[in-house]
Amino acid sequence: MKYRSVFDIIGPVMIGPSSSHTAGAARIGLVARQLFQKEPTWVEFHLYGSFAKTYLGHGTDVALTGGVLGYDTSDIRITESLKFAEEQGLIVSFHEEEAQTDHPNTVRIRLGDKQSEMELVGISIGGGKVEIKELNGFQLRLSGNHPAILVVHHDRFGAIASVSTALAKHQINIGHMEVSRKEVGKEALMVIEVDQNIGKDILSEIEKMELVTQVTKIHE
Amino acid sequence: MFRNVEELVSIAEKKEIPISEVMILQEMEHHDRSRRDIFSQMERNLDVMEKAVERGIKEQVKSVSGLTGGDGKKLFEYIQKNETLSGTLMLEAVAKAMATNEVNAAMGTICATPTAGSAGVVPGTLFAVKDKLNPTREQMVRFLFTSGAFGFVVANNASISGAAGGCQAEVGSATGMAAAAIVEMAGGKPRQSAMAMAMALKGMLGLVCDPVAGLVEVPCVKRNAFGASNALVAADMALAGIESRIPCDEVIDAMYRIGETMPFTLRETGEGGLAATPTGRKYQEQIFGASTKKV
Repeated sequence: MKYRSVFDIIGPVMIGPSSSHTAGAARIGLVARQLFQKEPTWVEFHLYGSFAKTYLGHGTDVALTGGVLGYDTSDIRITESLKFAEEQGLIVSFHEEEAQTDHPNTVRIRLGDKQSEMELVGISIGGGKVEIKELNGFQLRLSGNHPAILVVHHDRFGAIASVSTALAKHQINIGHMEVSRKEVGKEALMVIEVDQNIGKDILSEIEKMELVTQVTKIHE
Repeated sequence: MFRNVEELVSIAEKKEIPISEVMILQEMEHHDRSRRDIFSQMERNLDVMEKAVERGIKEQVKSVSGLTGGDGKKLFEYIQKNETLSGTLMLEAVAKAMATNEVNAAMGTICATPTAGSAGVVPGTLFAVKDKLNPTREQMVRFLFTSGAFGFVVANNASISGAAGGCQAEVGSATGMAAAAIVEMAGGKPRQSAMAMAMALKGMLGLVCDPVAGLVEVPCVKRNAFGASNALVAADMALAGIESRIPCDEVIDAMYRIGETMPFTLRETGEGGLAATPTGRKYQEQIFGASTKKV
């Protein structure tokens, strides 16, 4: 079931005008910001389907930008996010894409700073709910509604067990988990949705593991 | 967890509890939260809705494009000064539904029910029937849980996105949700709520999403107006004992399949229907000028 709570239906409280094109867009932007873990200096939004056709009218541009600046769906600063982006030195660009995607409200976000960059694909499925479909080329499914950790690791036996053992030791319950890889034996990605926010100590414990290369988290 | 309307109604009948209570119990169980916690979150949503309604009927709100604003207020003032044809309660629901959507179009704060484009129907009807039924604050919060329970089924079995299923999935769903909740507040049985939902949604089947210039304004504000009036009519029909010949779950399924076959131009792309009329196009040019690539 895509929708699991009554508050997915009655909610979110948000700045108008569109739950999918404004609130959902802000959420995708916010997930991107959280996953990048630092302030980006540039961001590109590639818009598909209905997003590409109607983003100006729905405030999708200010919502995506607001999300990347760390604003929530009900944050009034969203309406002036392009101004705030300029003040903070964040270079923003929008690209209307012609390609047809599986879902009509799709955005590909590329963002980065001088050191690194990141790319993700998000869809807005209605009523403010979103899914992240792709991260740095990995296929995945992440709602952004629950705290989660994303672990980049070597595709070898024992990697999953060692991470889940660490979570078990700290009494953290896993609600949903996915593993994907681009090639056998190379780089892989674990996506673990959990019931509570995960502290920094646990993250650094996982990051120190032999087979783990990077850990990021999404908090509530 | 209930998966469809039939299961929802059966649980309510078996346990002899209202639909709102089924939703509250499920939320408590599946998210491990206390009743008080869930109730207070929903009450905050109710407060947001109330503020949006009040703002829309009292202030002269205007959207950034200038296409919408002030019609909810206009109708509300008309009701105060005139003998109306449709009646006070009906038109108050309509005025308050429009008011909410005008606040939304003006980038004000609203609560999506189930979406922002359809955010007027549920609060519009709630704050209109309130004056007739004199509910407690708790009953008003319950109205939202009942609406949410039916919306939950639609969202999981069909769609609540205009881009995926057209306006029938947004204002149509909201209309069914509101109709079901009005029935419960008026003292109807759970099965009558399902009938109201079925009849209200049937009245909205096939409705396309064709926003002028791609904005959540024209015809969205007025579609919310008619959604609110349909919800009240469907609720009264169900309370009178009228039944839908097609079961509610099958109506929801039909809505989904109609949405699947709806052309892309009529699913929130701003390219068909009213958006493609000469006047619709003219507004688009006025608002966005020639600088955009949009057709």
